[in-house]
Amino acid sequence: MKKILLWGGLTIFLMILGVGLFRSQQAQVNIGEPAPDFELLSFSGERYQLSDLRGKVVVINFWASWCESCKPEAKDLEDAYQFYLSRGDVIFLGVDYVDTEPEALAYLKEFGITYPNGPDLKTSISQAYRIRGVPETFVIDKNGTIAHLQIGPFRSLPEILSVIDPLLD
Amino acid sequence: MVAEIGFGSLFITLLFSIFGIGAAIYGAQNKNQAWISSAKNAMQLVFPLLTISVISLLYLLVNNHFEVAYVHNVTSTTMPTYLKMTALWGGQAGSLLFWSWLLAAFTSAVTLRKWDRDQDLLPWVIVVNLITLAFFLILNIFYENPFNMIWQEASGGYLFSFNQPLGTRQIFPIEGTGLNPLLRHPGMIIHPPMQYLGFVGFIIPFSFAIATLITRRTDDRWIQLSRGWTLWAWLFLSLGLILGARWAYDVLGWGGYWGWDPVENSAFMPWLSGTAYIHAVLIKEKRGMFKQLTMVLSILTYLLVIFGTFITRSGLLSSVHSFAQSKIGPVFLIFISMTIIISVWLLSSRWNALRSKQVIRSFFSKEGLIIISVVLFLGLLVTVFWGVLFPIISELVIGQKVTVGPPFYERVAAPIFGGLLILMVLCPLAIWTFMSYKNLGKLLWKPFIISLIGVALPLYGGLTKWSALIAFWLVAFVLAVNAFEIAKRIRVRRNTESESWWSSFSRVVKRNRRSLSAMIVHISMVLMALGIVGIEFFQTETQGTLAEGDRLNLAPYSMVYQNLDVFDPQDGRIVARAVVQVEKDGRVVGELYPRKDVYIDSNQPVTVPGVRSTLLDDFYVILVDWKPVTSEGATFKVYHNPLVQWLWIGTYVFVGGVIFATWPEKKKNEVN
Amino acid sequence: MKRDMKTWLGIFILILLIVLSIPVVGYAQGSDPTDDDVNTVAKQLYCPVCENIPLDACGTAACEQWRGIIYDKLKEGWTEDQIKDYFVAQYGDRVLAEPPKQGFNWLVYLVPLLVFTGGGFLLYRGFNRWKESAPTTKEGKEILKKEDPSMDKYIERIENELKKRSEGSK
Repeated sequence: MKKILLWGGLTIFLMILGVGLFRSQQAQVNIGEPAPDFELLSFSGERYQLSDLRGKVVVINFWASWCESCKPEAKDLEDAYQFYLSRGDVIFLGVDYVDTEPEALAYLKEFGITYPNGPDLKTSISQAYRIRGVPETFVIDKNGTIAHLQIGPFRSLPEILSVIDPLLD
Repeated sequence: MVAEIGFGSLFITLLFSIFGIGAAIYGAQNKNQAWISSAKNAMQLVFPLLTISVISLLYLLVNNHFEVAYVHNVTSTTMPTYLKMTALWGGQAGSLLFWSWLLAAFTSAVTLRKWDRDQDLLPWVIVVNLITLAFFLILNIFYENPFNMIWQEASGGYLFSFNQPLGTRQIFPIEGTGLNPLLRHPGMIIHPPMQYLGFVGFIIPFSFAIATLITRRTDDRWIQLSRGWTLWAWLFLSLGLILGARWAYDVLGWGGYWGWDPVENSAFMPWLSGTAYIHAVLIKEKRGMFKQLTMVLSILTYLLVIFGTFITRSGLLSSVHSFAQSKIGPVFLIFISMTIIISVWLLSSRWNALRSKQVIRSFFSKEGLIIISVVLFLGLLVTVFWGVLFPIISELVIGQKVTVGPPFYERVAAPIFGGLLILMVLCPLAIWTFMSYKNLGKLLWKPFIISLIGVALPLYGGLTKWSALIAFWLVAFVLAVNAFEIAKRIRVRRNTESESWWSSFSRVVKRNRRSLSAMIVHISMVLMALGIVGIEFFQTETQGTLAEGDRLNLAPYSMVYQNLDVFDPQDGRIVARAVVQVEKDGRVVGELYPRKDVYIDSNQPVTVPGVRSTLLDDFYVILVDWKPVTSEGATFKVYHNPLVQWLWIGTYVFVGGVIFATWPEKKKNEVN
Repeated sequence: MKRDMKTWLGIFILILLIVLSIPVVGYAQGSDPTDDDVNTVAKQLYCPVCENIPLDACGTAACEQWRGIIYDKLKEGWTEDQIKDYFVAQYGDRVLAEPPKQGFNWLVYLVPLLVFTGGGFLLYRGFNRWKESAPTTKEGKEILKKEDPSMDKYIERIENELKKRSEGSK
């Protein structure tokens, strides 16, 4: 009886270490995997559920106001959003990672960003996508699968367009 | 060339280790002395061989060989030579080599003792030591090679490996990134070596214990053999913890010395089980009891060392201490799993053979008190272990990461330390086997009266916090009991011999080495307790931004920001040094110079506090390093830390006590 | 008599086991919060990004922003608990210094409690098993006194004296 407890406990302990280690070494959610569902509550109070946006291309951009490398791509993302706006089938969502509201709103104003942005409450979205830092951008195709993963900022507006165009029909 | 020598030596050491393992096992199975001797010789050589590797790496570090990736990561031309040498343990790869080197030092040293009486243990001691060494060498050779070079691809990207990958060319940077500025402090220079020595030292008692289990011996020879090694490893481990605390206090600027960080805890856990072991083994030696317990504790201490290293280096937990993400995680997990499984299996299959009869006649006998202390140590150990493991479990089960921080640990540690203080009151008086309550009372009442000073003084000073009062009372009580006990022994001698006071004193010291050193160590613990109670219960702090001439108050002190000097000492940093004048109760008592050093190569600031220390308290001023430091506005954080110097005084007494315990005894050739 | 001493000891230990609580000061003031006011709250929170670093000691730009939030909320008259709840809602449970006492997290407090009561019980049972009646005869007590290292030289001297005297009287 004692032996069962001993070896059982030991096995559980080692499994915890193993699974924990595996988790910590995992990279971001990969291309080809289904995009984890989430709800985003924007700064202006609207709710966005990813699963409701099936059938459209969704660009999820993780950023923060304290993130220096997010700034170069900010304007380009807004321009890309404007470019596809009239089509109606490309959605841009900005997920604000571990940030403070006043600074976040100031950042959005500074770069003139008009697409929906909201805080990543309890960091649940960034945990679901297993991001390693900011900025990271996930482009979801119309079937809800991850089509492109951008680690770090986009280098230019054409680069963003070149990633989204193939996903449109 | 030098890198090739270094890596080659590393590889040869691995080969020698593998040979030693095979030869020892073969020799043991076939009772062939020649093979065992051969294995022993191989083990003797691992230290000199690894020394070659270490010297090679040191050469590369000191001579700015930035084409070696490790050298590029941890040094720069602006660093002084001694710091470049300490960069040996400044990063993951180098510190692993340093670890292996220290491990090899112990491993080779153990071959130098006379093994004639313990022939059957020797091969297994060799096997355990060399398997462990081989594992760490494998980490260095295949995963974190300190001798890797930097290669540039045609596309411009960089690769790091020892051999040149196809299509790349070697580059020779002229500058490196430099050592993390936090590591450039003298405290940081001595703390890692001490800590590593403490960790790797426990391989020796572990290997003796495992060898005993493998050979199915049930005697205590292994305890006798490992006594000196264990004490030294425990001393180094204690020093590592003390130096870490001292460094944190001196440099880190949060006015504390211990953060219950997972990595700190993983060094604290083997210390707890090591301390429990040292106490339990006393019962074993004197009364022959608790065989199983001593075996378990010795093995557990080493397992906790390996576990601690694993969580620090694998990236499983992150903290200020941990190294960057590394690929050694999975293979490390395999090693630690095998070590734990084999150890537990050996223990459980020999468990019944290790049974001993336990007879304890009273709570207050030495054995009784020691067992209670062991339970307290283990209780704290289990709690800390659970606190370290829980965030990992919580993330796996509910997906939310939690922090288990100081409030959790302090809530448990405080009563346990209180309980240990009570035990320290009783233990100098306790005798083996039996102690009646009447006797105890007789011995206690005088020190008890004296101990009331510990309550009266603070009360007189206006203290009302009852938990602090109890702590102070216990501190005074332990000191009083120990003082009376020492005085009694001297007096007993004086009554029977006619000799000078000094003669009596030195005879008592010589004859009672073990119990006296225990008393000194316990006294050092209560001195540390005094410092800890002072700073934990009564620390006050304040923060403020001052322009030159402004004043900041923290009762009973006050300070004035006088002026700022900014200068370049020509060693890779720009220093902004503030001059503040300190007043106490209206009188000027001194000047302090808190400063902020900005290291040019990494653009990272390090703030160094100005501290005025007395036995009564510390007045601690530090510049807040994320705010600018100018004449118009510098942000100061000020701490008032009562009694904290007693913590450091206690540590000195502690070291003295342990060295006294391990000092070689003169042969008894005097005739009375 | 033994039982009394045990109870006495037990009560004494129990007193020491009472939780030492850190006083928590609540704020609801409208005047400008000082650095110290901010730090009192920041001390109890941990940096959401860099693990295991308290918010009052963290030097990153992000932490500066968080301390700024604390400052703003204090100015608006929020209490400490309200601010802590806000941080938890924004960043998750890990900003607290201890897991909140809900759901799964109860385990972190429960297990040490079980370990201590279990350990105490085992110790009690162990002592009962290990105890034999204490020697009450004079010889028995003498034997035990001899094992005390501080007394052995004294005893030795007495024995030598007694031996000398018995030999002298022969």
